[in-house]
Amino acid sequence: MQFMLLFSRQGKLRLQKWYVPLSDKEKKKITRELVQTVLARKPKMCSFLEWRDLKIVYKRYASLYFCCAIEDQDNELITLEIIHRYVELLDKYFGSVCELDIIFNFEKAYFILDEFLLGGEVQETSKKNVLKAIEQADLLQEPWMHSVLRE
Amino acid sequence: MALKMVKGSIDRMFDKNLQDLVRGIRNHKEDEAKYISQCIDEIKQELKQDNIAVKANAVCKLTYLQMLGYDISWAAFNIIEVMSASKFTFKRIGYLAASQSFHEGTDVIMLTTNQIRKDLSSPSQYDTGVALTGLSCFVTPDLARDLANDIMTLMSHTKPYIRKKAVLIMYKVFLKYPESLRPAFPRLKEKLEDPDPGVQSAAVNVICELARRNPKNYLSLAPLFFKLMTSSTNNWVLIKIIKLFGALTPLEPRLGKKLIEPLTNLIHSTSAMSLLYECVNTVIAVLISLSSGMPNHSASIQLCVQKLRILIEDSDQNLKYLGLLAMSKILKTHPKSVQSHKDLILQCLDDKDESIRLRALDLLYGMVSKKNLMEIVKKLMTHVDKAEGTTYRDELLTKIIDICSQSNYQYITNFEWYISILVELTRLEGTRHGHLIAAQMLDVAIRVKAIRKFAVSQMSALLDSAHLLASSTQRNGICEVLYAAAWICGEFSEHLQEPHHTLEAMLRPKVTTLPGHIQAVYVQNVVKLYANILQQKEQAGEAEGAQAVTQLMVDRLPQFVQSADLEVQERASCILQLVKHIQKLQAKDVPVAEEVSTLFAGELNPVAPKAQKKVPVPEGLDLDAWINEPLSDSESEDERPRAVFHEEEQRRPKHRPSEADEEELARRREARKQEQANNPFYIKSSPSPQKRYQDAPGVEHIPVVQIDLSVPLKVPGLPMSDQYVKLEEERRHRQKLEKDKRRKKRKEKEKKGKRRHSSLPTESDEDIAPAQQVDIVTEEMPENALPSDEDDKDPNDPYRALDIDLDKPLADSEKLPIQKHRNAETSKSPEKDVPVVEKKSKKPKKKEKKHKEKERDKEKKKQKEKKAEDLD
Repeated sequence: MQFMLLFSRQGKLRLQKWYVPLSDKEKKKITRELVQTVLARKPKMCSFLEWRDLKIVYKRYASLYFCCAIEDQDNELITLEIIHRYVELLDKYFGSVCELDIIFNFEKAYFILDEFLLGGEVQETSKKNVLKAIEQADLLQEPWMHSVLRE
Repeated sequence: MALKMVKGSIDRMFDKNLQDLVRGIRNHKEDEAKYISQCIDEIKQELKQDNIAVKANAVCKLTYLQMLGYDISWAAFNIIEVMSASKFTFKRIGYLAASQSFHEGTDVIMLTTNQIRKDLSSPSQYDTGVALTGLSCFVTPDLARDLANDIMTLMSHTKPYIRKKAVLIMYKVFLKYPESLRPAFPRLKEKLEDPDPGVQSAAVNVICELARRNPKNYLSLAPLFFKLMTSSTNNWVLIKIIKLFGALTPLEPRLGKKLIEPLTNLIHSTSAMSLLYECVNTVIAVLISLSSGMPNHSASIQLCVQKLRILIEDSDQNLKYLGLLAMSKILKTHPKSVQSHKDLILQCLDDKDESIRLRALDLLYGMVSKKNLMEIVKKLMTHVDKAEGTTYRDELLTKIIDICSQSNYQYITNFEWYISILVELTRLEGTRHGHLIAAQMLDVAIRVKAIRKFAVSQMSALLDSAHLLASSTQRNGICEVLYAAAWICGEFSEHLQEPHHTLEAMLRPKVTTLPGHIQAVYVQNVVKLYANILQQKEQAGEAEGAQAVTQLMVDRLPQFVQSADLEVQERASCILQLVKHIQKLQAKDVPVAEEVSTLFAGELNPVAPKAQKKVPVPEGLDLDAWINEPLSDSESEDERPRAVFHEEEQRRPKHRPSEADEEELARRREARKQEQANNPFYIKSSPSPQKRYQDAPGVEHIPVVQIDLSVPLKVPGLPMSDQYVKLEEERRHRQKLEKDKRRKKRKEKEKKGKRRHSSLPTESDEDIAPAQQVDIVTEEMPENALPSDEDDKDPNDPYRALDIDLDKPLADSEKLPIQKHRNAETSKSPEKDVPVVEKKSKKPKKKEKKHKEKERDKEKKKQKEKKAEDLD
């Protein structure tokens, strides 16, 4: 996978994860174009489209669009599965996740994504294992206030 | 001191944390930019503090802002500070910020090397994990080189969590630092048999990705993967392995044969659509690469096509799309199997989803044959009517034309029908492909002699139609068709029923609203028509009629003379003069028609595009001999900067004296070259004129490539105009004899097509397929031209760099650079010696030194920090 973007129906970016090195300007440009293209699609249309030399797989969950860019040879259906799996993980973690959860806890969303995918490839196919790793990492985190006051 | 501390912490209590920031931004929707710049100022303050928690908070907020689009590269050093925090919480935030914002251009990325190394060897697996995750996003070649060894050792870590991550990140490392592939590969192979399924699938992933790019290096692993494939039940892994096999089979046909069976089993048994799709794709790839002699392959193809049909029939749009996509792959090699599903595909054309329609269109392209072309195009035309005002319509139009003009109009049996289709297409408004239709019309009219009469009658109807003129303002609009129409009417005016009427149509005042190039064609062809009419009138003895026509021309041409377009003006004024002259002659009752017609004698035939190059040099012509006396003042003239007349400047130096006095020649040549080099406006000529210099007697000091001049000129099968005509006729004759038999059968089927009633009697001539373009098959190239394959590969392509042979044993020089442990307290000089001995090339040495210096700096800083903290 080359990158993954999450954006709302109004085109606001909620999460971006890039697995290829690109400059900031390019990233912005790509994001802008892609958001426009995907938002212009009608609901009944299929989830795949071709853009530049990449394939884009997107899916809409409530008010969020999950959009992944894969290479030509990659399997689109498996990418849809990846998107779905990620949503399931978020759901399990936050408990019935909604867009606000992702907005306010965006760093946690990133952490979950980082446990699931690494370098664009699936790291762990078992949902249980991913969630377990995240929970354990969370235990290591201390609440903010304590650390602030202690220093 | 204590008070300061308390005050400090109270201040910190009022710092915004991430939640506050987000809420704040949402609340300040109107003046968001102002609010955010305010926040950024606060963040900058926070970053100046010593407290690592505060810094981490600030960095967290910065990450959020970065996502919104704000640049945070100024804070790179602070991010590194946070990364070096000992607490996991902060470290995590630091790495997240780094992975979002660091890239190869970040200067401070060198400072992270040591930090990452420390984290990689940390006792806490989560520290290591977070470092690996973060690193994967911003690994650079330097980082890769320095850390490769550490990551390799991590691949054998006790915890599978770490092993998994290490394996996956090795792929990124390989991409950046290809030399690490060979040393790391044996370990990677071991991981394929790791007890933990997560690690195993990670290893499969990495090797699959590597093998996809450079399959030949991984053929030896095929049996191992085969075993994995048959034993694994994890769909994700299976898909990867199958994809890998798809990449390997082109190299090893036996593998393909072995694969067919398990793949077909999988196809039958699996319920997962994604797996099914992958299997089908791979089967197609396998079968394409295998020779088509095997009998059981048709069964597999049938199976695939069957399954794809199921996919296409599914109501889920995605599956339809993928089914069509896979079908088009099969189409390339096994068109027959796909053709039986034509009905399904035509159905897909009616789908609401545009992407699906486009896919179906693509498929159609390969599925036409002589029999079904008309049917298909009929269907497409109905679509064209329905799809008003969309880009889809343009697509359709181009597709229709593509399909019809495929392989030299191979599939068109009835050109009248085709012309009528083209005319119908002209009724489309707002399309940008007018020139395509125009080009087609011209092509058909010129090439297919028999159709000319029909074409001409259609074109004259077009010239009459008002609506085309109405759309004349659009570029490349439908009015381009008038270009073709005018030309055809003019060139083949002998077929016109009512030339006078057409002449009047072409001279209407509204014509001046058309674009310039079309008007120019009009003017030119008006004259051709005029010549024709004159001929007719004079033969019929109607002198008055002839004069009336001339008067008409004199009346109407001035409107063109006033045109803004240069070409139109020129042509019109020339022709006006000519006509006036004719008028005078006519007043004296001199028969002029003959002479006027000679203006347009001779037929224009299509010429192959490479014809000019292939013209042979006639015997006895020496291209190198001087033709004219050289102009003595050629040098001074060249210096005048006349940018418009480049060609003429270039030609003048080529004027040569008829006498070849060698020294003088050489001298002049040198002087000329000198002058040309100095002249900024001189366009350097292509190598060929210089080659001619070379062949002139005794010039050795000119450093030009030794190329034999006569290369592109010896040729079989010349497309000179006359011979083309003869060949055409011969072929037509032959084909006619053949087709006579077939025609009778096909007459009934053709009634379906869109033909006008008036065209029925002319059918006999048109079943001749157009002659093949007499084009030269071999492409002549200059002798030293290299084949162009190597141009395609990008020298910076990381995948190409990974094309390394893995089977050879590891040489000593290929071991990964290992950082030796060094003591910070001992003096610096012995360290300098140690790395010198180890390193092989100079570059890493320098970088090592620089890097070590930076490390030292960092260490010092850290020590200072620690001291500062201790004091507090």
